[in-house]
Amino acid sequence: MNSVDPIDFLIPHERGNVEPILHEVVHALDRLLEHEEPTVIDLARLPFAPGELDRLEGYLGTGELTADLDALGTSRIRETAYPGVWWLEHRNTEGEVVGRYIEITRTPEILMSQDADIFAARARLGDDLAADEPVIEKQNPKEGRT
Amino acid sequence: MKIAPTRRQMTLGESLQARGVSRRGFLKYCAATTSILALPPTMVPRIARALEQARRPSVIWLSFQECTGCTESLTRSSSPTVEGLIFDSISLDYHHTLQAASGEAAEAARHAAMEENFGNYLVLVDGSIPLGNPGFSTIAGISNYDMLMETVAGAAAVVAIGSCAAFGGIPGANPNPTGAVSVRELITDKPVVNVPGCPPIPMVITAVLAQFLTFGQLPDLDHYGRPVAFFGQTIHDRCYRRPFYEQGKFAETFDDEGARKGWCLTSSVAKDRLPITRARP
Repeated sequence: MNSVDPIDFLIPHERGNVEPILHEVVHALDRLLEHEEPTVIDLARLPFAPGELDRLEGYLGTGELTADLDALGTSRIRETAYPGVWWLEHRNTEGEVVGRYIEITRTPEILMSQDADIFAARARLGDDLAADEPVIEKQNPKEGRT
Repeated sequence: MKIAPTRRQMTLGESLQARGVSRRGFLKYCAATTSILALPPTMVPRIARALEQARRPSVIWLSFQECTGCTESLTRSSSPTVEGLIFDSISLDYHHTLQAASGEAAEAARHAAMEENFGNYLVLVDGSIPLGNPGFSTIAGISNYDMLMETVAGAAAVVAIGSCAAFGGIPGANPNPTGAVSVRELITDKPVVNVPGCPPIPMVITAVLAQFLTFGQLPDLDHYGRPVAFFGQTIHDRCYRRPFYEQGKFAETFDDEGARKGWCLTSSVAKDRLPITRARP
């Protein structure tokens, strides 16, 4: 072995955080099914050995639905291979991860259209329609349709 | 006819919305703040509700013997950060580096803010205060000491931003030619939160403000006056090798059995000389 060889060590599974978290997910699914009680696990608050987070993410896998959010930085909200278990990763405008969570819920709150935004949308659309500008022109300005 | 609220009357939520921050963006900030304050994720809705309904707090920012790096860390970014937007959404009534007014007009704004919000405004301070000679650092002809003591008189709390305001910093280093002292050495009758760092992390600054707005109280502090949520643990406390430390398993030399097995990197000989820096990784 020389100094540029990778150091091959792995934290033994029984000492890592992956399996306890997966067991916590199982209990959270029980609470969701029995009491409609959602759970959020804040992964930023847990210490992970190198590779453990990837192992956890890989174990949970990818399900049917992935959504990208663009609000003050990007976010990826992905249902894992286990329906009801969601993997959320929030980034800031610099691309840095500011939050990483496992949510055990039917739909993560952040995916839902929010009241404040709906009110603003209602007002904006109402104002647009009240303006003189023909609707079809606004919708397709580049195509020059009137 | 519905009259739109003026900027001063707006809640924090309305102010952010007016600046184009969607509710989802706001929820992201609340989630990150909750996490960094070491609060459980179930607190996110409560923090979001309290923050969006909070009236924009009056903030007076005093800059003394400093390099402007603390302000830069919060305001200079290649793209708008949510911390910057939160900062923009407070009622920053005095900041002589940022405000357009200067001289008597600026000082009039400071006095007006103090009068209107007496007992409720926050004072943020960056830079240390020279006691050696009042003329070492002045603003509008007022010594840093006089300005600090006058402004703090009606404050709800004081936040010392950066290592200079928190501990004296570079101006306070030996031989300390200006007789620089920290805010906490002068202010003993008001709560003072130290947010050290050179510069401090913007998220920590806004999270302290968010906690004040959400719960009406400042975060728990350690004996250095720093928020425990950010400065309560060492890297060692959160290290994934910590279980090996507890078991007395150490890597004694490079590439020995312990190193290959990922044991604690503090050797058994030096295990009492653990890292003492307390900061959120």
